[in-house]
Order: sequence, then structure tokens, then C-alpha cells
Amino acid sequence: MNLPRLRVERRLSTSRLTSTLALMVSLLLALLAIGLVFSSLGVDPIYAYRRIVRGGFGSLYGLSESLAKSIPLLLTGAGLALAFRARVYNIGAEGQLLIGALVGGGIALNFGHWPRGVLLPVMFLGGFLGGALWAAIPALLKARFRVDEVLTSLMLVYVASDLVRYLVYGPWRGPEERGFPYSSRFALAAQLPHLEGTRIHYPTLFLAVGLAVLLYLLLERTKLGYEIRVTGENPAAARYAGMNTDRILVLVLLISGGLAGMAGVGEVAGIHARLSPPEGISPGYGFTAIIVAWLARLNPLATLITAFLIGGLLVGGDAIQVALNLPAASIYIFNGMILLFVIAGDVFTRYRLRLELRS
Amino acid sequence: MASASASPAVLMRGITKRFPGVVANDHIDLEVRKGEIHALLGENGAGKTTLTNILYGIYHPDEGEIQVWGRPVVIRSPQDAIRLGIGMIHQQFRLVPTHTVTENVVLGMKQGVLFREGEARRQIEALARHYHLEVDPNARIWQLSAGEQQRVEILKALYRRAEILILDEPTSMLTPGEIADLLKTLQRMKEEGHTLIFITHKLDEVTAISDRVTVLRQGRVVTTLETAQTNERELAQWMVGREVLFRLTKPQNAAGEVVLRVENLHAYNDKQMPALKDISFTVRRGEILGIAGVAGNGQRELVETLIGLRPAVQGSIILNGQTLTHMPPRARIEAGIACVPGERMNALVPGMSIAENMILKAYRQPVFGRSGFLDRRAINAHADRLIAEYAVITPGRETPVKLLSGGNIQRALLARELSSQPALLIVASPTSGLDVGATETVWKILLEQRQQGRAILLISEDLEEVMTLSDRVAVLYEGEIMGIVRGEAQNLDRIGLMMAGALRLPREEWV
Amino acid sequence: MIEFLVSVIALTIPAGTALLYGTLGEVYAERSGVLNLGVEGMMIMGAVTGFAVTQTTGNLLLGVVAAALVGGLMALIHAFASVTLRVNQVVSGLALTMLGLGISGMIGKRYIGMPPVARIKPLDLPGLSDLPVLGPMLFRFNALVYLSIVLVPVLWFVLYKTYWGITLRSVGENPAAADAMGVNVVRVRYLAVVFGGIMAGLGGAFLSVAYAPAWIEGMTAGAGWIVIALTIFAMWDPVRALLGAYLFGGVRVLQFRLQPLGISPNFLNMLPFLLTILVLLLVSGKAFRQRVGVPAALMQPYAREER
Repeated sequence: MNLPRLRVERRLSTSRLTSTLALMVSLLLALLAIGLVFSSLGVDPIYAYRRIVRGGFGSLYGLSESLAKSIPLLLTGAGLALAFRARVYNIGAEGQLLIGALVGGGIALNFGHWPRGVLLPVMFLGGFLGGALWAAIPALLKARFRVDEVLTSLMLVYVASDLVRYLVYGPWRGPEERGFPYSSRFALAAQLPHLEGTRIHYPTLFLAVGLAVLLYLLLERTKLGYEIRVTGENPAAARYAGMNTDRILVLVLLISGGLAGMAGVGEVAGIHARLSPPEGISPGYGFTAIIVAWLARLNPLATLITAFLIGGLLVGGDAIQVALNLPAASIYIFNGMILLFVIAGDVFTRYRLRLELRS
Repeated sequence: MASASASPAVLMRGITKRFPGVVANDHIDLEVRKGEIHALLGENGAGKTTLTNILYGIYHPDEGEIQVWGRPVVIRSPQDAIRLGIGMIHQQFRLVPTHTVTENVVLGMKQGVLFREGEARRQIEALARHYHLEVDPNARIWQLSAGEQQRVEILKALYRRAEILILDEPTSMLTPGEIADLLKTLQRMKEEGHTLIFITHKLDEVTAISDRVTVLRQGRVVTTLETAQTNERELAQWMVGREVLFRLTKPQNAAGEVVLRVENLHAYNDKQMPALKDISFTVRRGEILGIAGVAGNGQRELVETLIGLRPAVQGSIILNGQTLTHMPPRARIEAGIACVPGERMNALVPGMSIAENMILKAYRQPVFGRSGFLDRRAINAHADRLIAEYAVITPGRETPVKLLSGGNIQRALLARELSSQPALLIVASPTSGLDVGATETVWKILLEQRQQGRAILLISEDLEEVMTLSDRVAVLYEGEIMGIVRGEAQNLDRIGLMMAGALRLPREEWV
Repeated sequence: MIEFLVSVIALTIPAGTALLYGTLGEVYAERSGVLNLGVEGMMIMGAVTGFAVTQTTGNLLLGVVAAALVGGLMALIHAFASVTLRVNQVVSGLALTMLGLGISGMIGKRYIGMPPVARIKPLDLPGLSDLPVLGPMLFRFNALVYLSIVLVPVLWFVLYKTYWGITLRSVGENPAAADAMGVNVVRVRYLAVVFGGIMAGLGGAFLSVAYAPAWIEGMTAGAGWIVIALTIFAMWDPVRALLGAYLFGGVRVLQFRLQPLGISPNFLNMLPFLLTILVLLLVSGKAFRQRVGVPAALMQPYAREER
């Protein structure tokens, strides 16, 4: 029975340096672990890494694709960073994104004759409201009945998926799509313009960058942001200071849901120009955005960087898919491993591990 | 009494346990004889629970040795303690609310795989009958009263054939009727040859049931006495200290008009049991009203009810003529209530900077930014001013408060709360965990504020502190005020008796 | 009508079996207080391992055992992260799901479209399989289906009628109480989580070596998420898990059968998730919480109180 025991003890302080260092070490270890997995599956990791970097960041085309993919990640990730800062675990952003796409798409399909200058803003507004509405369900359930938001928001992802499927297979299927589950193509006025020769729908990009900065300013420079930070760090102190913590809970859920909804509009109006089954609208951006937020240490400004990096990773994933004949899913190894090592790394900055030998 | 040759049931020698910043147990010696009821008497923080937690294997002593039945032992975990025949009934019950009594009793038993419920139930019923611990073995814990839940806890220990039982403040959750039943049960257990260690701060219980009593104060053993050869008055003196040192003298100060008036206030605790019963008092300008009492007698609930975190069930709270009884916390802050609570960290955001913590309540004011924005310059200036004014020692205003020492945290808190020029300042246990120097600083600040005409409500388990600072002292016991007397040395005996529930002053005599 | 019913039931039970494995495991994990959102990843790893090992060795049993082991191994990572390191259980589970999806995709690449060298065949139960109506409805399944059904009463019994069960439930309800009675909370949680992973692995193997039998990338298709919903829907009870798994499995079978009648399969698909939210709402009531075994310490890491 004299086994050594692993104990986790709280550290008294964490400097910014240790925490940045820990992040770096975590990332390095994650890459090492991924390399191990790759080489054990017969893939040369060095070669794979090089292809990923080259694919995602090594050419103008790669960079532009990475930027295009980072748009939904940035919008969603910045919103999630805000919610997580208040210790509100909205993990249903994928569902909110889909509902946003649905509302935006619905507007596009029905009001295609409107002038672009009106239609596009209305679509984004609709997407925001749709996503926020979807997030309002877990928000109200938590605020009113103390139902855990993790589970409800997750469940609603699948409800949203099926709702999208129902519509694109059913009532919204385009008559000219010859039985394929797509809506009709959006009118030109409902399509976002691109940077010449790329898939970067720059209005959404500007929106995303602007909102990420805005959320950062909200958190750091406003009284509301102060309330959000206090609530997240110490809810007891927030109540003691007379803050309405339920109001903050609802608010951050609505904002994060709304931003995810706008990301959905960006995808359908900027990339696909029509509605398609959920897998077609988003390859899991709502979940990937969780990593974006976490890697950014829940700082909306830092999601500018992490969203781009993860976007590049997704593009790089496509590259090795072709070059190494790997399945699309293999990029999830990066997501999973990085997330795992980063949360574990967080522990080492806040705690100290001690091996205790028992006599 | 017990023969000298028989080895004692428990012998603890030189037990020392340090926690960051405090020595909870300082070379404690304790001898518990076989078959006796041994009371451990002391104020909260005296080290009683720490000592028994060490005996039960929850904490490990830094120094000292333990003998059980004359054999030296090392107790690493509750499991070890159970194996040695030691059982513990915690103050907060360790029961699974959704499980049945039987399931709770057998939890953790190592007797095969199959749970023979019928058999276990019969054994429990037999035990319950034998010790007068009536409780339905099929009932679920959440259906039971506190008294019944405690019986389950005792049954858990007896079911494991515990010979030595530790009871940590066993009467704190019980009604008077249930207390009488419990004392009968304990007597019965003693007759059956069990050895009992009974932690309490209530003098009447010590005299009613114990054979011997060990008094602890500030982590040290003050004395061990035969109960038959002492009395409540003497015990009260041992417990609170023979003389209270008045290190500071409070200058004469005429109290002004009434600032806070609390009338017939009632409130529940987290378990929806009455925690405050018919509380009435006033606090005047330029006066410190001290609320003395052993911890857990309603202090936390009183503070929370006053600042709006706990609903008042009945009664009223009036500040400067304005009724605040059902107002939310924010309205009370704006009405002029400031508060330094006992759990300091609940009033702070440990990971945030001093500057941001200094505006925790005042951030809404336009001084700190208009139209929803924070004015960093104003916030920084505010922090710098408070740091200087209250001599908070820190590398700078950007330092997270969790890195400050206890004394500096308290200074910063006081600085913040006083910066709003509140009508009333509530301070709870303002010097717990602080060293002598820091304590004196805090006291000086409070007395200065009193001089300046501030109304201060001081809630503290530290009697010395209450006596040093208070103009008047109210004693809180089991959620009731036992009496209000002047904070003068000659009232110390009466206050000690009231704290132990042994004296209740009629309303007419309150000052 | 009878024929319709017979065929629906005969299809429902296999369709619900992978869910049943996963849910039984997750019931135990959550009963110990640990939420495992990695079920999807563990199921898909079980599926790919089961298929790959069977293809290489030609041995079905080896394939199934390997799948269970891989599921358990992944759960061990989750246990280390959530019990020892006490990280956010939600994030750790999500990470493992992603990892499972990625690694299974890579391992499975070469098995896509490969015809199975062996599959778990339906058992021929002499006498029973030939019964009219009941025979085709209930007695022509393979061993993994029967194993899952047998596990239901076994796990129910262990949960409520053994000391292990009492210990497990106590750890999920009030770890401090269990700790005070000498229970090793950490060990119980590790065991429960790893058991959950083993069951998820088995569920995945069922899909790839019995139900399909084939390897298709992402073949669990969200079954792991349904497991999370089902565990709540079943209110953390093995018997209700069986009912729920067949109900949810039946929904999948029915969606194709009812489509001609104008009932949208998509709305049927939503039903489990909506019902789960309803259950979450119900068990949020205090009265309900006390009667049903909602693990009160779910998602709460435990550390013995130190001053």
C-alpha cells in the first residue's frame, strides 16, 4: 500500500511570464504528442508539419484561405471568450451559428430583391438575433431554474442541426437543385463581396475584427465589462457589491450566441451563397472556436491571433489531406491534443504537482 | 475515578499543527480516560476541531505523538482512525441526502460485495433500540430532521464498533428537546463503556454531562479540570481568559443620533432553519456597537441580512430613517451601508489588481467614468490615494490583491469601504488571522472613525477586540441577543456567561 | 400491423445497442461525479479499433477486447485530467472527442470500403429463434446485443444492491461524506470513468463489427452525444437507460418508416435532445432532485478540505 501519491497543490502566485511560458511549453508538448501519434500511424510528422505550415501559411493562396476560415472562428471565438470570462460555459456555439445561418439565409431567400446595402445588414442583424435567441434558451433555463448551461447549450446544437436539415431537405429546398439538399442560390444582393481572387468575404472580416476589438474594450474599459470580469473571478464578491449576476449571465450568453449567429451568416452569404445541410455550412466552427478562445486565454483581442492560427491549421489540414492522403478528420488530432495540453498546462501554472512518498 | 494503572483511551502529547499564518495547535497535551465523557471547551478558533481532526486522521500533526489504548499510533486517514475504533461526528453532517439511513450507515464498510439490506437494517435497528437512537432505517436523509440526521451519524460510528467517539459541537444544530435526547444517548453510551470526546463552547452542557473538561485557548491547553470541582463561572473565565488586556484606551466620545435601527429581525440559515431570532438593536453616530458571541451563533447570517444577501423573514432594518428591509444589496450600498465581511475574500476579487478592487462598489459613480466607460486615470488616482492614506504596503496599485499580506488586505478593504463615507460601517472579525501589529492598526482605524462620528457595528468572536473597541456590547447566542451591556471591564463576567448561554438579561436592563 | 411492429422492434434493438453500451458506461461515470463529453471520441476509437484488429487478426473476440481497451485507455486520460488535475471536465471531454475523431480517421483510412473478414453473427437459439412472432422479434440477435441486455440488470444490481454501488453513488452525491468514511474518492472516480470508456469502446465495436459491419469514417455520427443526452434522459439509471436507448434507437428506425406518412425524420431526431432538456428542467426542481439520483457532485472536482 506504500504507493507514491500525486498531489496537486495551489501555487501562491502566477506571474504573466510563467503563464506565457506554460502556454508555449504546452503547445510544444502538444506538437510532440501529435508527432508521436503521426509517426506511430506511419506518417512522417516533420513532413506533415511542413506541409501544414506550407499549406496554411506558405503561399498567398494558403494565407488567404486561412484568413477566410479564421473569420467564423474569430467571430465565434471572441464571443465565447467573453462568455467564458464570466464563467458561463456556452458550448453550443455551433448550434447558434447554424440558427444564425438559417435566419440570415431565410432573409436572403425571401428578400433577394432588396438592395444590397439594406439586405446584407438586415441579414447580419437577423443572424445575430437568431443566434442570440438560440442562446437565450440555456440562458433563461440557467437564470430561472439553475439548469446547467453546458448540457442545454450542447443539446441545442443537435436540435439546430436537425432544424437545418429539415429545412434544406424540405420546405426550403431549391426547386432547381434536382433533389440535392440545397436551397436556391442567394440573389447577388445577398452575397458578400470577396477580396479579388480569394474567398475572404471582407465585410465579415471587418465585422469580426471590429467586434473582437469592441469586446476587448467592453471587457477592459467599460463598467459592464468590469462586472463581467468580477462575476467570473468571484461571483460571491459580485453579489456582495450589488451586481446582478443573472443579468450578466444572460447578457454574455446572448452576445456570444449572437456573434456565433453572425458567423453563420458570413458563411452562407460569403462562402456558400446558399443553405446546405449543417455539415456543409460549418465543419464544426462552433466547437473549434472553443479552442480559439481558450488558446487566447479568454482575451478577445488575442483571438485575432489564435483564430488565424487555427484557421491556418484547418487549411493545412486540407493540404496534408491531399499530400499525404489523410482523411479530413485528422486535423482534429491537432485540435484535441492542443486543447488537452493547454488545459493541463493551465493547471501547472496555478498548481504545483508533488509526488508524495508515503512511508 | 479511573485507576491510574489503566492506560488512557487517548493520549496526545505535544501536538502542534500550523496552518499558513496561524498555529492552530501549539504543543497540546490531552489525556482522555477510558469510559469518561471528556469535554473540550473553548472559543471558536481555540483549536478544538483541529485537534480532533488530527485524532481522526483528517489532518496530520507537524509535531507530537498520539497513543490509543497505550499504544503509539500514526493516524494517516479516517480509515486508520476507524480501524483503531475511533468514530467522529462532524459538526456538518457527512451524509448523502438522497440515500437511505441504512445506505449511509454502511457506506465504506468492507464486508464483502453484496449489500444485504435486510440484515444491515436489522443490525441498525438493534443498535438504535439499544442506544435510544430511534430513526427509520428506510427513510432518506433529506426527510429527516437535524436531530435524526445526527442519530444516523452516531449510528455510523457505533455500527463500526467505535469505542472512542468524537462529537464536534453536537448540539449546534439541534432544538432544545433534541439536545436533551442527545445528552441521554451520550450518557447511555458512557454506561456501555464508550469513551466520548465532546467539543463544545456551551458551559451548561459541560457541567451537565462531562466528567472532565480540557479548556483550550488560542491553540493551547489552558487547564484540565474535574467537572465536579468547578463551575460555570470559573469555566467562563478559563475560556475567555482571566483578564482581557486593554492595549488601547478608547477616548470619551458622546454618541449621537441613531443611525441604524434593527427591530425584531428574523432570518433563516442556508438550511432554512431559523438563524436569527427577534434581533433588535441600534447603532448611533460616533459609537461602536460590538456583537460578541462564539462563531456560528448567527453572526454570518446577521451580516448577510443587513447587507441584503439574505432575506429578512420578519422585522425591519432602518438606516437614517430609510427602511431597507427588502432592498437589494446595491440599494443598501447606495443608502450608505459599508461592510468588511468576515470572509474577506468574498469582498474582493483576488486575481484583480488593487486599483480594480478599490472600485468594487463605487464603480458605478460618474467619478470613475461616464456613459458606461471606466476612467482609468480616476481609478488609479483613487487607488493611489487610498494606498497612501491607509499605508497599504504593496509594490503598486497593479498588484493583484491575492499577493498582499492579510494585514494589507484588511487595510485595503477598510480603505475602500470607508472611502464612500458610509453612514454605517459593518466590520466582521476584522483582525482574525492578523498579527499583533496589523491588529493594532485596524483597531486604531476603527477608533479614529468612531471619533469622527462614524456609526460602526463590530461583529467579532474575539472578546478582547470587542471589549477594547466597543461602547456597548450585545451578545449573540443561538441567533438571539442575550443582552446588551456597556463595554466596560466589570461587565466581562456577564458577557462570558451570556456567550455561553448561561445568562440572559431582561430587555429592561439592556443599555 | 403485427409484421410492421415485429420488424420495427427487430430493427430497433440493434439500432439502440451501441447507445445502450455507451449510456450504461456514462451512467456509471456520472454517478461518480464525472461528466465525460469524450464518449463520442471513445466510441469511434472503439469502432475503428474493433474493425482494424478484427481485419488484421481475423479474430472477432480480439477485436472487441481491443476496442474496449482503447476506450478505457482514452477514459484514463479523461480521469487523469478531471480527477487528478481537476481541469474543466467539459473541455477535457471535448478535447478527447476531437482526438478520437482525428485518430480514428487516420487509422481507419485504409479500411474504408474493405469488406469485413468476419462479423458477429446472430445467434441461433434453438427453439427460441424459431418461435413465431417472438422469434424474429427477440431471438435472432448477435451475442453483443444479448451481452448489453444482460449488463442492464447486472449494472442495476451492482448500483443498488452492493457495497460497490453504494460507494459509487455516494462519491457522486457527496464525496466528502464518502471520504469521511474512508472511501478513496479518487480511485472510485478513476474506476467509474475508465469503465465508462470501456463501455463506449464496446459500443463502438458493436457498430463496426456487428451492426454495419464495416469501417466508415465518422460512423458513430453523433451517437456519443446522444449518449450524453440519454444518460440524463435515463436519470442515471441502467434500466431506464435500456428503455431510453431503444426509444432513441427506435426513433432512428422509425424515421425512415414514418417518412411516407409525412412525419419529418428531422423532427423525430430532435426529440431525444428536446426531451433531455425537459428532463434537465424537471430534475432542477429540488423535490425532484432528492427523489431521483441526480449526482449532486457532477462536474465538481473533489479535494479534501485543507485550511
